[in-house]
Amino acid sequence: MTLDDLWDGTGEWLKGSGPDSDIVMSSRIRLARNIDKYPFPHWADAGQLEGVIGDFKSAYCSIDHFKGALFLRMGELDSIEKQMLIERHLVSREHAFRPEHKAVLISDREIISIMVNEEDHLRIQVLQSGLNLRDTWKLADRIDEELGQRLDFAYSPEAGYLTCCPTNIGTGLRASCMVHLPALVMTKQSGRIIQAIGKLGMTARGLFGEGTESYGNFFQISNQVTLGHPEEDMVDNLGRMIKQIIDQENAARDAVFANQRLLLEDRMTRSLEELKNAKLISTEEALNLLSTIRLGADLGIIKGVDRDMLNGLFIQIQPAHLQKKEGKQLSAEERDAVRADFISQKFNLKD
Amino acid sequence: MLCQICGKNDATVEFTEIINEEVKQLQLCDACAKKKGVEMEQHFSIADFLASISDAGSADPDAAADGGVPLRCKKCGMTFGEFQKIGKFGCGDCYLAFRKSLLPLIKRIHGSTRHTGKTKDPEAPDLRQTLQRKLQRAIDTEEFEEAARLRDEIRDLEKDPGGK
Repeated sequence: MTLDDLWDGTGEWLKGSGPDSDIVMSSRIRLARNIDKYPFPHWADAGQLEGVIGDFKSAYCSIDHFKGALFLRMGELDSIEKQMLIERHLVSREHAFRPEHKAVLISDREIISIMVNEEDHLRIQVLQSGLNLRDTWKLADRIDEELGQRLDFAYSPEAGYLTCCPTNIGTGLRASCMVHLPALVMTKQSGRIIQAIGKLGMTARGLFGEGTESYGNFFQISNQVTLGHPEEDMVDNLGRMIKQIIDQENAARDAVFANQRLLLEDRMTRSLEELKNAKLISTEEALNLLSTIRLGADLGIIKGVDRDMLNGLFIQIQPAHLQKKEGKQLSAEERDAVRADFISQKFNLKD
Repeated sequence: MLCQICGKNDATVEFTEIINEEVKQLQLCDACAKKKGVEMEQHFSIADFLASISDAGSADPDAAADGGVPLRCKKCGMTFGEFQKIGKFGCGDCYLAFRKSLLPLIKRIHGSTRHTGKTKDPEAPDLRQTLQRKLQRAIDTEEFEEAARLRDEIRDLEKDPGGK
């Protein structure tokens, strides 16, 4: 795979398939691992950081899952490319903005990605579409075992896998689901649910937007505790929680559909017209309108819009993706114009 | 210094914003920081918590620990005081070096101090046991393809216990 192949394709997780994919966009497993002989990245010198990269490269080369995978040194990418990797959920902000001695390995269809020298030496991520936590965990476990046979990971029988931050020790596992909850937001129940999630040792945060703000009604829900339970239990616990959230969202959808059908239809058809005809549109506005269309498609109010195209738009309309498409840096206003044009083309094509 | 947003209260939080590679630093008061939706990073609260359990509230925990000798990781050289400041370990061995002072923190974060998840092969009490446990789980959940794979793996292990 080349860099251009990466930009041309979309990740498997945007496919819009898999169990409960109307509400659960994707399932993700992340494992934090460190190579025993080196200090953690923030405490290591340049030679040691290069040692980590070298050891990792010779380890992954002989693993089947990484045939044709793309290995990128963060320092060799331009600023738009780095931003695109963030928009695609393949690297963290920290990884992109302090790129020295950092790298990322991306597998076919972006299912597996591994950040090298982020907070920990390795951050293994497996990302798949729909509610698919068990399979996603199994794949992450397999990759971890393959790498563990080739690299000596820092580990203690008492504390498990040793990580840079004490919040990650033990399993080093963070499982999460990206969920779309427009009806719970519409009926003002999302705040209550987010609080309840917090009380059960998990966290929920908005997916797009900074801090507590959330555009497009997408939330990321993940476990917080990494020590004291087997991985399978953690993954299953999160899965059960997500099932409950799905039930709540479905109940809210049924309620708004039954009680406010006209209002819904009005809002959805207007949103569609707005997306088709806008001349300038910000990321925030586009995400919110796309969220409404996605709900409309789920409820059967808006017909003939495919989920694949819709899911892809959530990523393609973001600033770096638009700039890559245009082949140059754009000001915010130029981006708003390009974004509006791009979206209206996509929707008018469907008519 | 006064908060750079309201200009009334003392600034207590340094807020770093990175937008398109432009780094902007703001000094904010608690209220404005909250308004800005600043999620306090977890390791800051860890550092606070660690400071609160440092020996007798001494200003220099490195000097206080163990009768004047700083608690230090032999492998990477990080002292417990440095760990308290940044809330991050220097290497895997730091956990062992600081273990005693760490346990209350670990307990508070995770509600437990003992790993019960997957084991690293060389240190595993019994790799066969781990695989057996996985196999049982696969059978319970009727994942027969996975069960068959695990069964083969156990068979290979029994044939050649030294392999892998």
